[in-house]
Amino acid sequence: MKKRLTALAALALACATPAFADLNIPNLSYRTGPFAAGGIPYADGFNDYFTLLNERDGGIGGEKVVVTECETAYNTEKGVECYEATKGNGALVYNPLSTGITYQLIPKVSADHIPLYTPGYGRTSAANGKIFEWVFNYPANYWDGASDIVNYLLGENGGDLKGKKIALVYHNSAYGKEPIPTLTKLAEKHGFELIEVPVDSPGQEQKSQWLQIRRDKPDYVLMWGWGVMNAVAIQEAANINYPMDHFIGVWWSGSENDVLPAGDAANGYKALTLHGSGSDYPVYADLQKYVVGAGKASGAGDQIGTVLYSRGMYAALVISEAIRKSQEMTGHAAITATELRDGFEALEITEARMAELGLPNFGQPFAASCTDHGGPGQAMIQQWDASARKWNLITPFIAPDDEVIQPLVDADSAAFAAENNIAERCN
Amino acid sequence: MSEQLLYAAEAGLNGLMAGVLYALVALGFVLIFKASGIFNYAQGVLALFAALTLVGFQNGQVPFAHLINAVFGTQIHEFGWRLPAVVAILLTGAVMVLLAILVERLILKHLVNQAPIILFMATIGLAYFLEGFGDIMWGADIKKLDVGLPQGISDTVESVTDSLFGYGFFIDRLDIVASIVAALLVLSLTLFSQFTKYGRALRAVADDHQAALSVGISLRFIWVMVWSIAGIVAMVAGVMWGAKSGVQFSLSLIALKALPVLMLGGFTSIPGAIVGGLIIGMGEKLFEFFIGPMIGGATENWFAYVLALLFLVFRPQGLFGERIIERV
Amino acid sequence: MLYREAGDFKTRYVDDSQTFPIRFDRWRYYAVLAIAFGVVPFLINDYWANAVFVPFLIYSIAAIGLNILTGYCGQVSLGTGGFMAVGAYACYKLMTAFPEVSILIHVLLAGGVTACVGVLFGLPSLRIKGFYLAVATLAAQFFLVWLFNKVPWFYNYSASGQINAPERTIFGQAVTGASTTPAAKYLFCLVILFALAWLARNLTRGTIGRKWMAIRDMDIAAEIIGVNPLTTKLSAFAVSSFYIGVAGALFFAVYLGAAEVGEAFGIQKSFLVLFMVIIGGLGSIFGSFAGAAFLVLMPVVLKNLLVGTLGWPTDLAAHIELMIVGGLIILFLIVEPHGLAQLWRLSKEKLRLWPFPH
Repeated sequence: MKKRLTALAALALACATPAFADLNIPNLSYRTGPFAAGGIPYADGFNDYFTLLNERDGGIGGEKVVVTECETAYNTEKGVECYEATKGNGALVYNPLSTGITYQLIPKVSADHIPLYTPGYGRTSAANGKIFEWVFNYPANYWDGASDIVNYLLGENGGDLKGKKIALVYHNSAYGKEPIPTLTKLAEKHGFELIEVPVDSPGQEQKSQWLQIRRDKPDYVLMWGWGVMNAVAIQEAANINYPMDHFIGVWWSGSENDVLPAGDAANGYKALTLHGSGSDYPVYADLQKYVVGAGKASGAGDQIGTVLYSRGMYAALVISEAIRKSQEMTGHAAITATELRDGFEALEITEARMAELGLPNFGQPFAASCTDHGGPGQAMIQQWDASARKWNLITPFIAPDDEVIQPLVDADSAAFAAENNIAERCN
Repeated sequence: MSEQLLYAAEAGLNGLMAGVLYALVALGFVLIFKASGIFNYAQGVLALFAALTLVGFQNGQVPFAHLINAVFGTQIHEFGWRLPAVVAILLTGAVMVLLAILVERLILKHLVNQAPIILFMATIGLAYFLEGFGDIMWGADIKKLDVGLPQGISDTVESVTDSLFGYGFFIDRLDIVASIVAALLVLSLTLFSQFTKYGRALRAVADDHQAALSVGISLRFIWVMVWSIAGIVAMVAGVMWGAKSGVQFSLSLIALKALPVLMLGGFTSIPGAIVGGLIIGMGEKLFEFFIGPMIGGATENWFAYVLALLFLVFRPQGLFGERIIERV
Repeated sequence: MLYREAGDFKTRYVDDSQTFPIRFDRWRYYAVLAIAFGVVPFLINDYWANAVFVPFLIYSIAAIGLNILTGYCGQVSLGTGGFMAVGAYACYKLMTAFPEVSILIHVLLAGGVTACVGVLFGLPSLRIKGFYLAVATLAAQFFLVWLFNKVPWFYNYSASGQINAPERTIFGQAVTGASTTPAAKYLFCLVILFALAWLARNLTRGTIGRKWMAIRDMDIAAEIIGVNPLTTKLSAFAVSSFYIGVAGALFFAVYLGAAEVGEAFGIQKSFLVLFMVIIGGLGSIFGSFAGAAFLVLMPVVLKNLLVGTLGWPTDLAAHIELMIVGGLIILFLIVEPHGLAQLWRLSKEKLRLWPFPH
């Protein structure tokens, strides 16, 4: 017991609280553990964009942004610890890049009144702003993604998928199971057959799954994977000579990390994406000048322009725009988390604004509202060119089938509301 | 032959190949357990560490680059050379030997004669340490491992089986290579332990520590030797798995695949590890093929353990384990 | 000086066999209890509750449970994560099926369900021993996790398979759900831990505890002197699983509030609790606390020290943290292979003679 008390005393010393920052944004990142390869570029992109704003513009609306990074190792307990450690410093918004941690934080942020921004991951039905006041997941969510792929395939097949076989290779976890209800509904609607192929985490060994795919000969294979599972799946698909251009991953299965280990065999693999990638956008000149050149790049500084780096940057961009919006609405620069929530809800990002920010044709324009926290849900398809080591966008933004998704979102959020006694807003 | 039977044969055959890879990991466990009675939890991390080191050498990465950059504010990442695979493998082997010496000096020496669970715990500490050390030395991002191993479907097997049965079997060329390497490894280990002086010393230690000590065999040298061999076996396993998935953290989890193999084959038997690996590999693939679809799939993780458990109930010492004789 | 037996006369046998025979120890024990119940709840805030105290209390329960099985009865188990999952899911099903029943009863019932499952998976221990048994319990771990992931009934058919703890109250105070105050969480766990630790201490020094230890020391010899291995081993599995199930239920309902089986109750959890037991000291209730404190606090302290105070990049700090924890485990084992509890015992021996050792 004495030992425990001394340890506590040491901890209390170690916990010297940092000074209150003007705009404090915690970055719950993971640079270690099984998913580090995905977490590193995302965190770098997220940090670098705010560094750019600080260095180039002197912050947002004259207020410096302080990004406090906290390591979660993709572990929910560490995520909770990070949340509690950072929220006391006036944290404005959380973006944990983990579906598990997101589920954990949804009740907590709702009680603590801090917005939670989960672009392209997290709880899909949080798109329903009537129930989830504090959660935002625009511009797109998993169910949109599933529908986007099916719509793309419909386009490829002249609008008819009858009698086709589509296999879904998924991470056997909450995240991987997300698209199944949507795809089941879409299979009924369009008359294709859905084959579910679960892969247990981490997915180092997938021989049986790919033998099954080889036997069943599906017309298309979709993938909901993360971490090492992606790389192994692409390698195994290449091993069985599955046509790579019939293999389509969600946006979390479409980064350089996933295709590079397979080398040339990955050529032609397709994946959804919410944004462009590569460093051909005007903003990279500024990044080079103010951040990388000045030696202020986050991490090792070798991730710039990769898909996940771009995604981290995109998330930071949306957050900074929401901050700007709420500064505009309240008229003062040092906003609070509650004011930022209003900013998120009133946020509108147009193509003109994206071009102004140095990212023309990078992401889709969207406008949030009290009921709509989910955005239009569009995504593009990108294809990997192994010889040039580059992702190429091969389609414009594809819209999801809201007729199928909206009822699913309503049903799931209604179940959550009933379980937790939440009254509908926005009426 | 009916189609179902052909598919089953294909699944079983692939299971055998996967089993060889499991056996490769299990082999490292067996060697250390036999010579020192230590259940080496760090075996998986050793494989990861070896693979990281190999890739690092090959690509001319600067070790501890991130730490150096953070402390001194420099921007160094690579030496700018690329070593040929053979040189990198030899260098990695040397690192594994060095690691074995350090493990013996710093840990094992101080823990002689402790209960097995204490030694087990010490290897867990080692696993933690190496995990952090490997990451800090070489970085936590995913790395492509290329030592020139072939990959992809073997066309010969496919065309031969196609002409025989009308259905081309899928066999990964990497698996064929892995099987050959594993066979060579086991053969050379057997020759080593049967026909060389040190091999005999190793077997003597495995039989009876005290008797071996009394005839002048240095226990500490044997431990360094056996940890070096286990390190090199870990490197081979790391290369085979890393070629498929790239080198990253999850590689250390392959140890979990080896545990049911150990249970089945017995902790002290090298042939046991091989046969156990084959049975587990084939069993789990066939179960996933026949029963998996009925109960929702992804059964491989637990089935291996349940199979081994059922087996142990009837034969508690494993397939080739030493008979447990208990006296009061 | 203060810590001595001299002058502390016992007049009854009961006094002689009490847990803290030395007066100073007794006072210290009461002081710790008084602080834990009377002072901490008023000072605690969200950070201390969620990052330090609540996980420490819950892991202590799990560690006591595993210590009963491994430390007292000698059966090494790596199924802890799976059994915690049983507790968590049982608690979830009970909470949602009978919302009007008190959460305390649900938590205890969840422990009971886990005890039954534990006995089932304990059956092979009659045939399999040592490391073989440890690996065999992994079968329970993997199978249970797979089961809870696969069968939708367990997670009430929700879209993603996550389970969420709804709000439940005791005496009008929320103890689960988002609006729970840190003090309520802390006290709820503390009361359960106190009761269970007291029970464990008294179980282990009674008949049943002696039987467990006889089996641990040598099961064949124990059988010969009339200890029934079947009932003894299975009772150890049952009691141990009950504790672990309660810990799992609290872990899900009070601490996390939402859980996904593979992530929250994976194989890492099994190893973590085993580490706690071994580092703390096998066969010691105090050791369970010490081990849990070490492995819960150490990473938090290191992280705050390296990132918060020294300002290192988070990834370097995380890697170095792993190295330090690993190094410390090895160091502790070399210095004192029998765990923190043994260190504590030795220092007490020294204290008795202080300041005049002979």
